[in-house]
Amino acid sequence: MSNAPSTTATAPTGVVVNDFSLQVATANGSGSQTANNVLLRSIFRMGIPVSGKNLFPSNIQGLPTWFTIRASRHGYIGRKRELDVLVLMNPETAAEDALAAAPGTSVVYEKKLAVEKLRDDLRLFPVPFSELAGKLPLPPDQAKLRRLLVNMIYVGVLSDLMGIDPAEIEASIRRQLEGKAKAIDLNLAAMRLGIDHSAAAFQTKLPHRVERMDATTGKLIIDGNTASALGCLFGGATVCTWYPITPSSSLCETFIDLCAEHRVDPGTGRALAAIVQAEDEIASIGMVLGAGWAGARAFTATSGPGISLMSELIGYGYYTEIPAVIFDVQRVGPSTGLPTRTMQGDVLICHTNSHGDGKHPVLFPASPEECFTMAQAAFDLAERLQTPVFVLSDLDLGMNNWMADSFPFPEAPFDRGKVLDAEGVERLKETWGRYRDLDGDGIPWRTLPGTPHPKAAYFTRGSGHTELAGYSEKARDYVENVERLARKLETAREMLPKPAVEERPGATAGLLAFGTSHYGTTEGRDLLEHDHDLPLDYLRLRALPIAREAREWIERHDVVYVVEQNRDAQLAALLRDEMPACAARFVSVLQYDGLPLDATTVVDGVLSHRGRTGGAR
Amino acid sequence: MSATLPAAPKTNRIGLPKADYEGAKSTLCLGCGHDVVTKQIVTAFWELGIEPRRVAKFSGIGCSSKTPAYFLNRAWGVNAVHGRMPSVATGALLANPELIGIGVSGDGDTASIGIGQFVHLVRRNMPLVYVVENNGVYGLTKGQFSATADVGSTLKGGGANDLVPIDLCGLAIELGCGFVARSFSGDMKQLQSILQAAIAHRGTAVIDVISPCVTFNDHEGSTKSYKYAKDHEEPLHEIGFVPYFDDTVAEIPPGEVMDVPFPDGSVVRFHSVGRDYDPTDKDQVLATLHRSRTAKEFLTGILYLEPEKPSFASLLNTVEEPLTTLGEDRLRPSPGMLAAILERYR
Repeated sequence: MSNAPSTTATAPTGVVVNDFSLQVATANGSGSQTANNVLLRSIFRMGIPVSGKNLFPSNIQGLPTWFTIRASRHGYIGRKRELDVLVLMNPETAAEDALAAAPGTSVVYEKKLAVEKLRDDLRLFPVPFSELAGKLPLPPDQAKLRRLLVNMIYVGVLSDLMGIDPAEIEASIRRQLEGKAKAIDLNLAAMRLGIDHSAAAFQTKLPHRVERMDATTGKLIIDGNTASALGCLFGGATVCTWYPITPSSSLCETFIDLCAEHRVDPGTGRALAAIVQAEDEIASIGMVLGAGWAGARAFTATSGPGISLMSELIGYGYYTEIPAVIFDVQRVGPSTGLPTRTMQGDVLICHTNSHGDGKHPVLFPASPEECFTMAQAAFDLAERLQTPVFVLSDLDLGMNNWMADSFPFPEAPFDRGKVLDAEGVERLKETWGRYRDLDGDGIPWRTLPGTPHPKAAYFTRGSGHTELAGYSEKARDYVENVERLARKLETAREMLPKPAVEERPGATAGLLAFGTSHYGTTEGRDLLEHDHDLPLDYLRLRALPIAREAREWIERHDVVYVVEQNRDAQLAALLRDEMPACAARFVSVLQYDGLPLDATTVVDGVLSHRGRTGGAR
Repeated sequence: MSATLPAAPKTNRIGLPKADYEGAKSTLCLGCGHDVVTKQIVTAFWELGIEPRRVAKFSGIGCSSKTPAYFLNRAWGVNAVHGRMPSVATGALLANPELIGIGVSGDGDTASIGIGQFVHLVRRNMPLVYVVENNGVYGLTKGQFSATADVGSTLKGGGANDLVPIDLCGLAIELGCGFVARSFSGDMKQLQSILQAAIAHRGTAVIDVISPCVTFNDHEGSTKSYKYAKDHEEPLHEIGFVPYFDDTVAEIPPGEVMDVPFPDGSVVRFHSVGRDYDPTDKDQVLATLHRSRTAKEFLTGILYLEPEKPSFASLLNTVEEPLTTLGEDRLRPSPGMLAAILERYR
């Protein structure tokens, strides 16, 4: 995607193929989700790179919802700030949405909303949706169903206006509503109503057209939480404890579904995993630590408020050296914040969690396939390092549908870390201590409860302890222990996923991003190179503490633009702390409005630092 | 001439001396009730002949929570954070159901900061002996009231408690706990029987032990002092515990004895002490408890017993073997299965 031509030069009257951002505005609970997913999948099936983002309220029914589809022949699947096509179905927001649209935007809308009275500089496509829905073959008492089917009518209209193949829509409907013959028939009828109406009513179609290409073969359409849950399944997790919180709940719920199917002991029909919906996040992490202590692969998934609650026990897990995997699917804080919007705001609270000293490994998946692989890596790392490991996802990655590479089957066995069985205890009984660094890497050996050897047991405590796990308040014991823990973090640094780097010959400045900031950053980087003659190197950080390779990369660049989705430049603060000699090189590019990072933010941020004028477009 | 051989130490049914069940030296105050409870725990596990390595000890924070270090050195211990022992124990026991769990907590650790986790542990019926060493006062922070202090009870430095106490036994029964007992650290015989029965119970067994704090709450005016407890203790019954491996059950005439069998074949035998009390009749139990609160009675014994109640692991229907030992062969679906799953997302 890096050498793609600019998307900004399109003349307003020209036809634009496979490059648009389309937004559907509806009310929450109005049943538009099926239609939107059908739309997304139909474009995907036509071979066009695509992603879908659901901007939804913290509400069950009635408040406004926007669903955005980004299709890009160049492969850009991040959010685009500029919208090309609007579908206005919600009377509550129609006026506001129409007034905010850029001149020339194409707007498909419920005719009764009379958008034409508000703007004369848009391409307007009024459709009498409710009137059309009246033609559906339904008895009069099925008003609710009729309202749901309105959504499939706009799919039909867009099919005609944009060239989306009705056969792919039909296939997507059949797939989405698998086995529900009557619903399939009604939805197909609604789609055809839309197509027929649009064909007759609009001679001029949309300038944004969809044409078949071949860029999605072998790809998936999947959300990050599902991918993480699959990673937990293939990574051997046997204990999952959780407390419902947006946007993480679907991770555990998917794991529950997967276990019902794939974690049943064939001999006894009993479960090969224990899943507990706990009373709160404190209990969730307590159970994870108890299970990890006992030797199981255990995880919880939560969001920022949950991390705040878990903090005391996370510090306990760090100090007592118990493996644990914590998924933080970040949402907007502080406090309750914007529970259904995205943010990268928990970098600091995760990496430096709990009182006293302590730094924890944090993994940064940027895609569903990384959710899958990093979830598995997290269990290996947690057991190898005997410590809580964070997987820092976010709402955008976790809950939205992404086009993703297929997931590789994990061939390597689980890494269960340094565990002594009875034989091992017997062999090492003269030298072994639960917290003794026998190998010089800061990682001690542990035994699991039940190990049949009289010297295997030890006492786990969050208070000061000796190498032999005895209680101690001695300064020396404390200092030696926490210095060993610091050594262990240095061992971790070498084990964690390495950064991904892309370089341009001659570039002296670079962009540095992590997680979902990847998409806006890489698209912005292409725009800077093609539209502004500013080639930049790029490093995507995949874990904390930062790898040696990242440190060296930073040292090679005069300016490092650190792109992140929070106000306080949390990652930049960590980088300055780790590399004080380079502190002045870090320039922050930030977006913290709850929406996924867009390329324009990156372009504007970099240009404004360069002292050039204005936005990119 | 015959040399006197030193007597071999007495061993239990698995051939271990009692010393193998002891722990580190206690650092609690001299005369602390908790140390008595510790001794009874050592004796109970020894007499039952449970391998120490099969035992997992849990606690939170406070004087009572220090005590797992003072028994069963060869067992695994977790001294967790304040009030969160139940969740840590839940995770460990779900992961390895072969472990025999015992938790020791205090009135602050359970009735204040940990009340939520206590409630949910009981609600789930996790197999765990949950001992509350209840002295009505915060010892480690030097003598503040806890949530189990009675109305009118006074602090050492003066000042009476005027908040209603939380009755952990009443709460546990209301929550459906299948084993609820109250005892007194000064009544070692009763406590021993209760502990053995609790260890045999395959669900949460709550034992609220009044265990006086000799330093901060043993004065005139305290309702958790030795003297007050000794003067006011009213056992509901005498308890005999007959473990499953003991076949020397004496014949006892009917009418004075009530036997409650456990699923493992053990029996709890209640001898009447003149009071008409059936610990398996929940309505009667609750009515008796309610009356005793008004009358300010200190009733001890196994207040409620329901040995057949299903435990959490059986509700979750998890395998009987430890989840901790399962490997890739049991846990990781095949490459073909991954492909089949991913097909749904194409």
